[in-house]
Amino acid sequence: MGAVTATAQSGSRPDLLGVAAQRRRTGIWLVALTVALVLTGVAAVGSGAIGIPPATVARIIGHHLVGLPGEVTWTAPQEAIVWQVRLPRVLLGMLVGAGLAACGVALQAMVRNVLADPYLLGINSGASSGAAAAILFGAGAGFGQYALSSSAFLGALGASLLVFLIARSGGRVTSIRLLLAGVAVGYALYATTSFLIFASGSAEGARSVMFWLLGSLGLARWNALLLVAAVVLGGMIGYLTVVGRRLDVLAIGDETAQTLGVSPDRFRLRLLVLVSLSVGVLVSAAGSIGFVGLVVPHLARRIVGAPHVRVVPVAALLGAILLVWADVLARVLLAPQEIPIGIITALLGAPFLLVLIRRLHATGA
Amino acid sequence: MIQATRVSWHYGANPVIDGVSVTARPGRVLGLIGPNGSGKTTLLRLLYGALRGGTGRVAVDGDDLGALPPREAARRLAVVVQEAGGETALTVAELVLLGRNPHLTTFQRTGRTDHEIAAQCLTRVGATHLGSRAFASLSGGERQRVLIARALAQQATHLLLDEPTNHLDIRYQHEILRLVRDLGTCAVVVLHDLNLAARYCDDLVLLGHGGVAAAGTTEQVLDPAVLEPVYGIGIQRLDLDGTIHLLFHPTDQPAVERTASRV
Repeated sequence: MGAVTATAQSGSRPDLLGVAAQRRRTGIWLVALTVALVLTGVAAVGSGAIGIPPATVARIIGHHLVGLPGEVTWTAPQEAIVWQVRLPRVLLGMLVGAGLAACGVALQAMVRNVLADPYLLGINSGASSGAAAAILFGAGAGFGQYALSSSAFLGALGASLLVFLIARSGGRVTSIRLLLAGVAVGYALYATTSFLIFASGSAEGARSVMFWLLGSLGLARWNALLLVAAVVLGGMIGYLTVVGRRLDVLAIGDETAQTLGVSPDRFRLRLLVLVSLSVGVLVSAAGSIGFVGLVVPHLARRIVGAPHVRVVPVAALLGAILLVWADVLARVLLAPQEIPIGIITALLGAPFLLVLIRRLHATGA
Repeated sequence: MIQATRVSWHYGANPVIDGVSVTARPGRVLGLIGPNGSGKTTLLRLLYGALRGGTGRVAVDGDDLGALPPREAARRLAVVVQEAGGETALTVAELVLLGRNPHLTTFQRTGRTDHEIAAQCLTRVGATHLGSRAFASLSGGERQRVLIARALAQQATHLLLDEPTNHLDIRYQHEILRLVRDLGTCAVVVLHDLNLAARYCDDLVLLGHGGVAAAGTTEQVLDPAVLEPVYGIGIQRLDLDGTIHLLFHPTDQPAVERTASRV
């Protein structure tokens, strides 16, 4: 093995396996994306039917958060637009984008398929059905102010369990079975939601359900942000980053996971509950928004490679930035009319999916 | 030490493994041999707990395998399976570092020691130059060596390998098996090639038709009288320089006659 060890020495010191360099690179990306996210936030709060200069936006936010600057140099309507309407909306956009991207990462790891995303696996449709049942027929009224969230969550959990059970019947869960089951359950639940709209006979109810089917950040309010923030930051991004190595192991295969000390069934079930919870909360806050969970994890992997410790935070930041810009487009393209944000993300995501299909074909995978 | 007591496994109604008992002793290399479909891989998977719910008991160092927490089981058993992880986007270095997972708590990052161990293991299988390559871009033989490096990085007390010499060219077939031997840990290896088994295994279990056809030291099991009925092929054994060599010939064509007809 003499020849081999000779070449081996070069890469083994001082930075063994290039781990330190990779960590530095990821750190730089995280800082850059965080800066981009803040700038995106300020720009997005300023743009809309009434434009507000970024400097004014920054002053209003600073005034509210830390009391600086103390002197008021802006008008009352400007303050109301920034603080009451647009800032909660932009923050919701960031949280939903980050949450959907993290859900996509988790699902792609647990089913080992690059096409997995809450939308394609029917989980969104389940959440929409739950939300529709709550709006139109008062389902989940026992949960009080969380009726909508809990009903959407139960819908999401029911749909994901159904998809997994169907995919599992008759032995191993293969990716193709899972996707087909997801598509079938998704269609069935979409039909259920439509049926609920017709059965209710309420025009106003139908309009608010349409909001859930196409997605919108228009209902963002400060008091609703807390739950979303807790679920997305703590539940998804925090947990998934911590268990990043276990996600790596699970993404390789069940047998490998087991031989490396991770119980695949238990871990997958935990992830499934977590993703369902998050999708339920996200859908109840912003409706059913597709493609973010599918597209963003791929971008993140291209930037920092496959290990989930790096992919999860980078994907979350990218998703946050992407969804806020999609919302800006939704607000300004046909202003003063607002386009449902789900339409924008689908228009951006579909071409990406085509590129992905081409690449899969090229590598023969 | 791994002790399997009367383990069985069925695929549908067909028993693949039926009431088999084997023991892998400390510091020795146990080879599982037998013709296609005799259940070598199934037996190995029973030994590391990938197949559960069959009858019988598997004990690792005296403890019931089914009762061990996953992390503890992974500190005792390192496994190399065939063709695992072909679709992963991880690099070779990242994949080998995952072998350290059983030694790290959930909140722990890999540290300097882990990196040193992983780098050493890559060197031992002659794959250091592959460190930054994508695992999916490697050839079959390179993948096999990297998976063995990951198993070594696990630093488990037992090593189980399913046909580790598949896809390897002849030099690495011998280097990998010699490496396994030199580790001095208890190892269980599924092998196709009886001559490799002859050179590198201390003990052999010969499987045929759902059960153990023969078990014992390599010297005892590699006996043409034992092997011929199981494999259905004529076998001639030569002992050269203290190593067993097996020559094969169709049963309807004795070795001598076949050699003569060639000339």
